[in-house]
Amino acid sequence: MPDVCKAISGAPAVRCPLLMARVEAGFPSPADDYVERALDLNEELIARPAATFFLRVSGCSMEGAGIHDGDLLIVDRSISPAPNMVIVAVVDGEFTVKRLRQSSAGFMLEAAHPNYPPISIGPDTEIRAWGVVTWVIHRTC
Amino acid sequence: MMYALADCNNFYASCERVFDPKLVNKPVIVLSNNDGCVVARSQEAKQVGIQMGQPVFECRDIIRSHAVIVRSSNYALYEDMSRRVVSAILHFIPDVEIYSIDEAFCDLAPMAGRDFDKLCREIRSAVLQWTGIPVSIGIGSTKTLAKIANRVAKRDASTDAVYRFPCDVNESRRVLSETRVEDVWGIGRRWGRRFRQLGVQSALDLAQMPPSIVRSHFNVTAMQTGMELAGVRCHELEAAPAPRRTLVRSRSFGEAVKRWDEMYQAIASHATRAAEKLRLEGGVAGRLSVFIQTNRFRQDQPQHCVSGSCELMPSTNTTPVLVEHASSIGRQLWKPGHAYKKAGVMLSEITFGEMQGALFSSRDDAHDARLMEVLDRINMTMGSGTLHPAATGRHQRTGFMRQEHCSPRYTTRWSELPKVI
Repeated sequence: MPDVCKAISGAPAVRCPLLMARVEAGFPSPADDYVERALDLNEELIARPAATFFLRVSGCSMEGAGIHDGDLLIVDRSISPAPNMVIVAVVDGEFTVKRLRQSSAGFMLEAAHPNYPPISIGPDTEIRAWGVVTWVIHRTC
Repeated sequence: MMYALADCNNFYASCERVFDPKLVNKPVIVLSNNDGCVVARSQEAKQVGIQMGQPVFECRDIIRSHAVIVRSSNYALYEDMSRRVVSAILHFIPDVEIYSIDEAFCDLAPMAGRDFDKLCREIRSAVLQWTGIPVSIGIGSTKTLAKIANRVAKRDASTDAVYRFPCDVNESRRVLSETRVEDVWGIGRRWGRRFRQLGVQSALDLAQMPPSIVRSHFNVTAMQTGMELAGVRCHELEAAPAPRRTLVRSRSFGEAVKRWDEMYQAIASHATRAAEKLRLEGGVAGRLSVFIQTNRFRQDQPQHCVSGSCELMPSTNTTPVLVEHASSIGRQLWKPGHAYKKAGVMLSEITFGEMQGALFSSRDDAHDARLMEVLDRINMTMGSGTLHPAATGRHQRTGFMRQEHCSPRYTTRWSELPKVI
């Protein structure tokens, strides 16, 4: 696994020492035999660092899908959008997060809030997919 | 043996577009540090007649009449996007030489047996999808030919941005004859003029000139360029950049500096950034130089362009030591009554690896090393300049740079992430 954190933010991944106990005198810690690498959230949440971007949610149009104002979105551009995925799209030059739906009428962007009607993707609408939302990070306290 | 050169199209302008979709299909220009000159143009901006390197005041009228969108350079963003482009390419090809912020040479030898044209199209489409940055790819048996092929890929829309230098003799002659000699990689305008005086007009003329003659008129580098055009490989892929021998940090002032305290801050800040970069590369410097310059385009003002240097004994990369030396040299160079336009700090006699301790050093080296490690870690995680010597002044980012149209650091600052509704 490459240095994911570095690839994403330019910052080095936090390095955790492999041996925790200092051996100065006396007996080494019995726990040293069980040392493992500390968990790195980047490894779990980011499959492809070069294609992964973080975006900040503004507004409540996706509340029903568990995406709230101020949440952090992890967006992977290397995934090709498919129906039912939550995607970031560009509508009229703005980023918007919606669920991609397909019906007999064609593709549309569906909000998860009663106040926001779906946006249908037709030949005359200027809509492009920007990336696929893989994770939502929501603060609970 | 085959090389590919991947070159990002209008890189800085393309980076701006990824995060500000309103800029798509519009003329966009990016300005140099201090918002002085045009350093990048979108295709649309080229079409309305804005030239590369043009001072921005010269194109005010075009900017207004064509609603050209202007951005200050946002290097934090461009560096990050550059890293992403390279890592996307590395997904397909193991040997990549990062040639500049927007160009990378790839060695296609390990991919022998594959259809290079198809492979490069796959790379192009992956880079575009993953990062949003369009690249053009040229393929050739030498780096110089790959570079020529890249020009064709960029200019000829029918190539769909990927072009392989032709194997066919007549076809390859046609391509070389359509490339002006000054446009060949490594030749440039000055040599181009001299070549033209010798009757060499095109890349084909240069390829056909006997190497010994090129060498006698120019030098080995020009000779190798000619040989590479003829298909003889002279330049290998430089996978790891050669360890640097000097490191310079300098900048023109947005407004001329007439007071020592401002100059002092600038010099301290250059020394700080140079030290940071030196530590990042794991080197120590044996010599430090400082230069200060007035504006040579203002001959009506008193001129003063000087430099001075000192030996660093022992070699060091410790910020406070470098700042102290730099400012004391600067103090000696400084002459009141001048309007300074530029200042810089250069570190040289750089060595890597084992640090040579001084027998009679008054400083605690281990302590310095620890302190610098903490400093670097904080600046890397919290943003560069979070912790800095007081001498550098308070507002590093905006202190000396005029940057009126800077976009957010979308990918390197939590507080500046793109907003999504």
